Amino acid sequence: MNDPIKSRLLELAANFKDELGGVMPLLHQVQKQFGYIPESCAVTVAPLFRLSTAEVEGVISFYHQFKREPQGKHRIQICRAEACQANGCRELEAFSKEYLQLEYGQTSADGLLSLDSVYCLGLCSHGPAVRVDDDLFVEVGAEKLQSIVEGLNDGR
Amino acid sequence: MMAVNIYVPADSLSIALGADDVAKRIAEKITKKAKQCSSSNFNITRNGTRGLFWLETLVEVEIDGCRVAYGPVRPADVDDSFVEALCSGSDHRLSVGLTEEIPELKCQQRLSFARLGLNDPLDITAYQDCGGFAGLRQAIQYSPQEIVDEVQSSGLRGRGGAAFPTAIKWQTVLDCQADQKYIVCNADEGDSGTFADRLMMEADPFCLIEGMIIAGLAVGADQGFIYLRSEYPRAADQLLSAIAIAIEKNFLGKNILGSGRDFKLQLRIGAEAYICGEETSLLRSLEGKRGMVSAKPPIPAISGLMGQPTIVNNVITLASIPIILAKGGAFYANYGQGRSKGTLAFQLAGNVKRGGLYEFAFGMSLRELLTIAGGCKNGKLHAVQVGGPLGAYLPESLWDTPLDYEAFMAIEAGVGHGGIVLFNDEVDLAQQARFAMEFCAAESCGKCTPCRIGSTRGVEVIDRIIASDSAQENKQQIELLDDLCETMELGSLCAMGGMTVIPVRSALKHFGEDFKVGAK
Repeated sequence: MNDPIKSRLLELAANFKDELGGVMPLLHQVQKQFGYIPESCAVTVAPLFRLSTAEVEGVISFYHQFKREPQGKHRIQICRAEACQANGCRELEAFSKEYLQLEYGQTSADGLLSLDSVYCLGLCSHGPAVRVDDDLFVEVGAEKLQSIVEGLNDGR
Repeated sequence: MMAVNIYVPADSLSIALGADDVAKRIAEKITKKAKQCSSSNFNITRNGTRGLFWLETLVEVEIDGCRVAYGPVRPADVDDSFVEALCSGSDHRLSVGLTEEIPELKCQQRLSFARLGLNDPLDITAYQDCGGFAGLRQAIQYSPQEIVDEVQSSGLRGRGGAAFPTAIKWQTVLDCQADQKYIVCNADEGDSGTFADRLMMEADPFCLIEGMIIAGLAVGADQGFIYLRSEYPRAADQLLSAIAIAIEKNFLGKNILGSGRDFKLQLRIGAEAYICGEETSLLRSLEGKRGMVSAKPPIPAISGLMGQPTIVNNVITLASIPIILAKGGAFYANYGQGRSKGTLAFQLAGNVKRGGLYEFAFGMSLRELLTIAGGCKNGKLHAVQVGGPLGAYLPESLWDTPLDYEAFMAIEAGVGHGGIVLFNDEVDLAQQARFAMEFCAAESCGKCTPCRIGSTRGVEVIDRIIASDSAQENKQQIELLDDLCETMELGSLCAMGGMTVIPVRSALKHFGEDFKVGAK
């Protein structure tokens, strides 16, 4: 039990093990602390919840938000839902992938950015909408996306 | 000299448009000015939002008890002349006059959103000054059955889209004998073109909390959960703060307002899974499991969270309860028509000139609403999708349909939660139909085959339709798509697969030219 990841996971799990449906809030905490869900997570925390490793693995794999590999320092999400399509998000999607040289779900080689899609940020009158970590941007065209990314590059 | 009260919105959209900077610059400018002429002190209140998104950031100032508005204000607009005009409520190129007189606001019938944008959403005193907790105080006087009867007489139906009569759900849970019952708020507002839930949670969170407490009193549940999507970080912050304040003021917790009744409320966050807006999937997710849909019966009202009787209601449904209790079911039922009683918070989105929240009684025509919102901001209005990604694409010939549940069912569409997305004539409806299938494939929980596999096959068939170079092949593939839609509609376990066919079929039926050989 000298594995620091394991001890951290157990420590976190202890906070949620008696809560109704505590696995979900636990996984959010794990992802927040580690930036992703470490491979040893399921096998480590499952017994505390009286679940099998497979059951916890199943929860992790079901939700788009839970990531199995380390992510970029910043996560850029482009809304690709209908209301944003009406305002040109298909073009923005194509541009972003080309500009960042990333597909959805990929992280840049320098570890700065991860690119993802999102289905709706509730900013539907001012699309295309983009989320960067917890910051929201609207009316994002190619130029605005470039300046957002440049801002992230400068702030590294 | 009296203090000048200035209001700068702080919902996600206005912040994304620069409202924080606007507020900061106004404060700086006035402070500087005040030093020069040692005059007025001022307060800047970060109110919710009026929901008039095309005017955001909508800055208001209170003059002689009336609010005077300016918008849309960008940070760069905040110069000396703007602040000068603002402080005295005088004319400026961004003036829009008295807020209450803005035509698109004045014509609305705001019941559930009566308080939207009036005050700081977390100011619980202001909430009560504007009618807040009157419904709860009334409910405390009532027996559980009397509360359910009041909801019954309001005619309220689920505002999340399914339009199921709310009182029937509540009565079922009330009639169940159980040691533990739950109130679950479905705040997984995943549908594109909708933001009413977000606005309620960010801009009037106590109203939702009040509705949930009343639901708890009605059916004998002392525990509630709000299941919120993780795409709404600001709503999460607002709810957490509001819950803490409500606990401190004894609206939540033990012996609420001396009633002898308890109600605990917890916020839970989803993890980017659209399907968790489906109630059985949501309940499994709350239990910490995969969000797999389950067959009904048993219905959640009888066997829901942890197998206990559970009310699962959408945010706006629950937030409509306080006014129903405060003013009576009959008051609410006076709005609307036929079996569609009360008001619906329509959300105008997409390529729209005056996008935002429009709360109206059921019954006005879609065209009327589109006209108020000014049509498209770019190009000519061509197609309108009503009710989210599982809603129909409607051509101009159907825009005279009255906005009520039954009238929309009659044209093979749905009002749903009132999300309305406008598209100009550059839209390719074959691509939109393809997207509906692609979205279903990405978000299906995978439990039933028609949804899991059908959606993938649907993308492929539509790709072949688009690529077809002979009329015969085109026709064959369209027949195949028809057939597939029927399988998905009849064979899917829940609305995800069953209703994905609605946008597809409507696109094909009303915009068939986009599917023809050589189209677009």
